[in-house]
Amino acid sequence: MMTAPKERLVVIGAGMASGRMLEVLTDAGAPYDITLFNAEPRGNYNRIMLSPVLSGEKTYEEIVTHDDAWYAERGITTRFGEHIVKIDRKAKVVTGQHGDLPYDKLVIATGSAPFMIPVVGRDLPGVIAYRDLDDTNTMIAAARPGAEAVVIGGGLLGLEAAAGLQMRGMKVTVIHIMGHLMERQLDPSAGYLLQKALEARGIKVHCKGATKAIMGEDRAEAVLLEDGTVYGADLVVMAVGIRPETRLANDAGIEVERGITVNDQLRTSDPSIYALGECVEHDKQLFGLVAPLYDQAKVLAAELLGQASAFQPVQTATKLKVTGCDLFSAGDFADGEGREDIVFRDPGRGIYKRLVLEGDRLVGAVMYGDTADGNWFFGLIKDQTDVSAMRETLIFGPAFQGGGSVDPMAAVAALPPDAEICGCNGVCKGKIMEAVAGGADSLDKVRATTKASASCGTCTGLVSQVMALTLGGAVQTKDCMCGCTDLTHEDVRRLIKAKGLKSMPAVMQECGWTTPDGCAKCRPALNFYLLADWPLDYRDDRQARFVNERNHANIQKDGTYSVVPRMWGGVTTPAELRAIADAAEKYNVPMVKVTGGQRIDLLGVRKEDLPAMWADLNDAGMVSGHAYSKGLRTVKTCVGTEFCRFGTQDSTGLGIRLEKLLWGSWTPHKVKLGVSGCPRNCAEATCKDVGIVCVDSGYQISVSGAAGMEVKETEALVTVPTEDEAVEWTAAFIQLYRENARYLDRAWKWTARVGLDWVKDHLSDPENRQALNERFELSQSVYRKDPWAEHAKPGARDEFSPLADCRLEAAE
Amino acid sequence: MTNWIDIAALDDIPQQGARLIRTRTGCVALFRTHDDRVFALDDRCPHKGGPLSEGIVAGHTITCPLHNWVFDLNTGIAQGADDGSVATYPAKIENGRVLVGSEIIARRHAA
Ligand code: SRM
Ligand SMILES: Cc1cc2nc3c(=O)[nH]c(=O)nc-3n(C[C@H](O)[C@H](O)[C@H](O)COP(=O)(O)OP(=O)(O)OC[C@H]3O[C@@H](n4cnc5c(N)ncnc54)[C@H](O)[C@@H]3O)c2cc1C
Ligand code: SF4
Ligand code: FES
Repeated sequence: MMTAPKERLVVIGAGMASGRMLEVLTDAGAPYDITLFNAEPRGNYNRIMLSPVLSGEKTYEEIVTHDDAWYAERGITTRFGEHIVKIDRKAKVVTGQHGDLPYDKLVIATGSAPFMIPVVGRDLPGVIAYRDLDDTNTMIAAARPGAEAVVIGGGLLGLEAAAGLQMRGMKVTVIHIMGHLMERQLDPSAGYLLQKALEARGIKVHCKGATKAIMGEDRAEAVLLEDGTVYGADLVVMAVGIRPETRLANDAGIEVERGITVNDQLRTSDPSIYALGECVEHDKQLFGLVAPLYDQAKVLAAELLGQASAFQPVQTATKLKVTGCDLFSAGDFADGEGREDIVFRDPGRGIYKRLVLEGDRLVGAVMYGDTADGNWFFGLIKDQTDVSAMRETLIFGPAFQGGGSVDPMAAVAALPPDAEICGCNGVCKGKIMEAVAGGADSLDKVRATTKASASCGTCTGLVSQVMALTLGGAVQTKDCMCGCTDLTHEDVRRLIKAKGLKSMPAVMQECGWTTPDGCAKCRPALNFYLLADWPLDYRDDRQARFVNERNHANIQKDGTYSVVPRMWGGVTTPAELRAIADAAEKYNVPMVKVTGGQRIDLLGVRKEDLPAMWADLNDAGMVSGHAYSKGLRTVKTCVGTEFCRFGTQDSTGLGIRLEKLLWGSWTPHKVKLGVSGCPRNCAEATCKDVGIVCVDSGYQISVSGAAGMEVKETEALVTVPTEDEAVEWTAAFIQLYRENARYLDRAWKWTARVGLDWVKDHLSDPENRQALNERFELSQSVYRKDPWAEHAKPGARDEFSPLADCRLEAAE
Repeated sequence: MTNWIDIAALDDIPQQGARLIRTRTGCVALFRTHDDRVFALDDRCPHKGGPLSEGIVAGHTITCPLHNWVFDLNTGIAQGADDGSVATYPAKIENGRVLVGSEIIARRHAA
């Protein structure tokens, strides 16, 4: 008697997805004659464990999932080390490198191909991708201790490669094009913590870095970035992304979009051909993690066994397999209507957690530092659990979710009296409660009696909670910076310096911000503090700026702008006046006005016209007057010794000299100067932030005047005999103001807070004055340049015009 | 059903920033938030007509540059003590492109 021959099943690719599918299929006693092709000269191994092999924490043998014996046992014919080069759908035959094979059913499981960015030098020896065991072995062979490696791409793969190479003793730099690492899985705060952890172990991270070329004669020697930075590289690993391996399917005329399109049964447009794994596209979605691929494998096995089954993509969670970097991200923290964030930060322990809620459901979670509850949150996301009852304490994890009612203060109330609250000063909960019982009813008093939160200040929130618990009510809050933090401006400025915080995510994390990205109050302030303290490291963030400073012009009530070119010391020339007149006519400026600051205002300019108008004014030698900035505005002068019969010194010349020194600098609020040639004071110097009145014997410098909402006469700072000293004292005063004042405090408000004596003490020490001048000059090496010229450059102009014009499109 | 118009690449809008779409009945502002979501709202503050696209984007809010009213980008409703709302339109990101509901072309002028 003859049995009907088994159907022939051919599988292309012995990867993680097809491996799982074959397990399920053969466990059920597959009614097929199976042949498995694989381009790699080996069978299935656990690809995701290549990173521990790279770092030396595991061997290849430990990650093999299916060995020769397994395939033999299941009766699977293997043709490893053989590429399939063609599928003939009509004849139902595949062509391998060693010959043809007919099929009844075909499974394409070819995975992905690494994407190589098309830069010069990418074909040099020493440039590799990170996909399979051969790549891993190449890296291991190249990893001589002390040799340099550059990893291009700061995603999951790139960072695992970087950590592995670093553990093998290489000097590793990661180049990442985005603003923070793993931006697809992490928000900026978690990205910051990750970067800090990698840097702490000696890996250099360069974000916002675009690779321009890989340099080298016979092999890779260095990587050149668009910004001119060069990193030496004996090895370059490209890990910038993957794309589905669809070439075979394409050539065979099977439907392919970004991946091979399949239905819920993993069937392609050809009914005899299925596709599985990273090479497929299902419902417009691609896949890059194994969890959904394993589901696909089960569905396909069922389909091949003739059982009903349908693929439903599940939520995925990501962990980074780098020992010591504890991060977790799951679900969707970047999409959907009407969302709400819950943020928890513990700067002392480097912990950050963020939950994203939509209505009563948890939809996303990102955490760094303490990921123990990750799977619990992941479960809530997958099951779409109603979390409304535990919302207040949700962020503390399952440990706090008892039955019954929940109290947000429960976490603090549950702490034992000897629990440490202030790490810097070793103050426990009991001690704070004692102090409160003894009459300390404000934070300042608790600080004074216990020192709790008096150092770094990051425990302030906890201290207030303990106080509230003891007092049974709200605590008198201090004037905190904004709703995102309990800290004052002074606290934040101190922490930025003391902890060396150089980015906005760094400040928000280390200072325990309660929002993911701050608010319209704190962002401009932080932006100023960071650029004032770290002029070389920090890059100005335009989006954190108020409109006037973002667009370098004053917005008017109707949305147009005013343009004020600088007129050094109030002095102009016929040529400049002609250029201003020309610009006013060319751009139909509705009003030309002389300002109170000795220059000319062109009011009512359209935003789109700004760059072109600036370019015209630049061509005539004029630069921005910063009439819009929290920075140096004008230096008003009088005519002084040059022309005036009473002038004692060259007040015009000194004013121009000061304006040329100070222009472009950013300050906590605006800064205006006046220089008068004699005590008649025609330049109104005594109501400016810094006023200089020239006298026979030298220069009387006074500070902290104003003539706005408050009218203040300046207070005497010092009288100096020479112009050079007058300049030196002025710059030192402004730098001291930049380094210490609250954002949006005019100089007079700041000196009122700290006392003019404090200012005098600092400035009277010549060394200190000198140091302040040097720091000012360092900052000016970055900022003493015309913002108009930069934004008028052809490539930079786009942002000033609309993105799209739909006026002509027909209405439906 | 919403018909979608492809407006631009996501990267044409700065993160925590905005760009404008000009239409026959005024401008629509397209905002991009820190977590890479996009929102389309009329570019006219209900208070005194301030251009919302020029405000500061924080979380899912926009602060008007003229007198600091704050609006929720999801709903267009003014937050806190202020009373008013701005029209919102469907917007989404697909394959790195920003798509906007075609009703921005057909809409009447915001009342
Ligand atoms: C153009 C000008 C009025 C004029 O036509 O003369 C002017 C116009 C504005 N002033 Fe002024 N101020 C102008 C000289 C002054 C002066 C006089 C001076 O500088 O000698 C003062 C008093 C001196 C002082 O600053 O102490 C002055 C005190 C103010 C104040 C109050 C500041 C204060 O600390 O109390 C504000 C509000 C603010 O800055 O917060 C202000 C704010 C403004 C703003 C920027 C309002 C705004 O935010 O939109 C106005 C912009 C109009 C525009 O679109 O250009 N302006 N403003 C003057 C430009 C000077 C220049 O060339 O840069
Ligand atoms: C270093 C590394 C770390 C990872 N870490 C994780 C992780 O932590 N978590 C996670 O979920 N995912 C991780 N991934 C991703 C995961 O490995 C993939 O999602 C998974 O392997 C894809 O399975 P697949 O079967 O579709 O493709 P693959 O496993 O890539 O298998 C495809 C196979 O097909 C072969 N092939 C291709 N074309 C042909 C042809 N024409 N003829 C014959 N054979 C061919 C290839 O050689 C390959 O062996 C990681 C990946 C890498 C590289
Ligand atoms: S005084 Fe200054 S701020 Fe007030 S209306 Fe005049 S220009 Fe504007
Ligand atoms: S116009 Fe927007 S707040 Fe006044």
